[in-house]
Amino acid sequence: MMAAGLVVVLLGIWQLYADVGDVDDLILPSPSEVATALWDDRGLLWDNLLVTAQEVALGILAAVTLGCAFAIALHFSRTLRRATYPLLVATQAIPIVVVAPLLIVWLGFGLAPKIAIIALVCFFPIVVTTLDALGRVDRDTLKLLTTLDASRWAAFRFAEAPAALPAALSGAKIAVAVAVIGAVFAEYSGSSEGLGHLILQSIPQLETARAWAAVVVLAAFAIALFYALDLAQRRLVPWTATERTP
Amino acid sequence: MVNASITTSAASAPPEARVGVHVDDVTRRFGDVVAVEGLSLTVAPGEIVAVVGPSGCGKSTLLELVCGLAAPDRGHVAADPAALMPQRDLLLPWASALDNAALPLRLRGVGRAQARAAAAPVLAEFGLGGFERARPAQLSGGMRQRVAFLRTLMAGKPVLCLDEPFAALDALARADMQRWLADTLAHEPRTVLLVTHDVEEAVLLADRVAVLSPRPGRVVADLAIDLPRPRSATDPQVVALRARALEALRR
Repeated sequence: MMAAGLVVVLLGIWQLYADVGDVDDLILPSPSEVATALWDDRGLLWDNLLVTAQEVALGILAAVTLGCAFAIALHFSRTLRRATYPLLVATQAIPIVVVAPLLIVWLGFGLAPKIAIIALVCFFPIVVTTLDALGRVDRDTLKLLTTLDASRWAAFRFAEAPAALPAALSGAKIAVAVAVIGAVFAEYSGSSEGLGHLILQSIPQLETARAWAAVVVLAAFAIALFYALDLAQRRLVPWTATERTP
Repeated sequence: MVNASITTSAASAPPEARVGVHVDDVTRRFGDVVAVEGLSLTVAPGEIVAVVGPSGCGKSTLLELVCGLAAPDRGHVAADPAALMPQRDLLLPWASALDNAALPLRLRGVGRAQARAAAAPVLAEFGLGGFERARPAQLSGGMRQRVAFLRTLMAGKPVLCLDEPFAALDALARADMQRWLADTLAHEPRTVLLVTHDVEEAVLLADRVAVLSPRPGRVVADLAIDLPRPRSATDPQVVALRARALEALRR
């Protein structure tokens, strides 16, 4: 309710600025123009959303799978952790625009390079949050498990893994936002469809309102995905439920 | 009452094969801090010994040594396999009361259904019937301690190391739990090393009370409590022994 009210206020300010300010419509269309574009181009936006949504969903899935597996491997092997952690940080610093063409050369123009780019940008938050949570399990709990004759694997399965699950999901929530940006970059780098491609195409065609409409759809999609993960988090890890849940 | 289903091969080993707990002239340091020095303590199989001492006198260190979580820097520790009940209950927040109680079986590779079936009747006997599926956050402090104690029993080890098990409870709940523990141990005898800062609790529950000095901890008094059970805190003999233990503690 509060969020809806805030959106209305922000839209009002934007509309006012677009109407009375001296910014060209081609640079910043007003909300009413964007709304018109949303309605007029609904078929176009919907078809491209399906493409981008598929890329993002598969990219996040790949990042969660690989990220959790990698975090577990790092958790068990100190050597691996020391050897690869700096490289892991480096993956987050790589400007996607630089590696995207290379990935397209390797993987073609299809879905594969998009999934690879999204997975690359999502990998880091998932690995870091999961690895930290695995390492933050109470020392006393691990001592207790030792007196109960738990093997290393049993301690992982019964204490560390469930303790890290909420963090892994939080990492995935952070990843959702960067995944959408990743998808746009991936489509910029070589694509014939998707909302990123639509934005890239619309701007030189002076269809700025359409580009903004695509941005609105992307934002709405990110919000939907975020809350879907939030719901999953409440279902999967109900013991962490707090009043803070948005 | 508490049936035999919670005993396992370790607990049902012939008593003559057991040694109880022997701590012999043990010193343990953490960096520059000497936690215990020249500490000797013996607990006979089946005996309940309470260890009282001022804060930071190395009581928890003693339990870690007995449970094999730490090795002495000097001296010797010999003990039957021991299970620890830590000061904080350390129940797994995502697991139900039943699954927390059954955890030691699961850790040893017992299947979920079988482990639950073994723990459920005992959980009910511990007054937690109907709370099998409740998570720790939904239980009262006393209930959580009972689940933690049951988990310790389910480990099936002949020695129980209880580290201030009721310190976090209010006075009324603590009195209830002390009565409950005395009753449970009467039906399920184990070798017990009970660490507490509550002298009354020690006299009510134990066969012997060992008083530790301030750090570095060593035993400065060893009082036999030859009183019939159940004991009452207002019994003059209990009061007298409590006074003696307190006096030893203050010296």
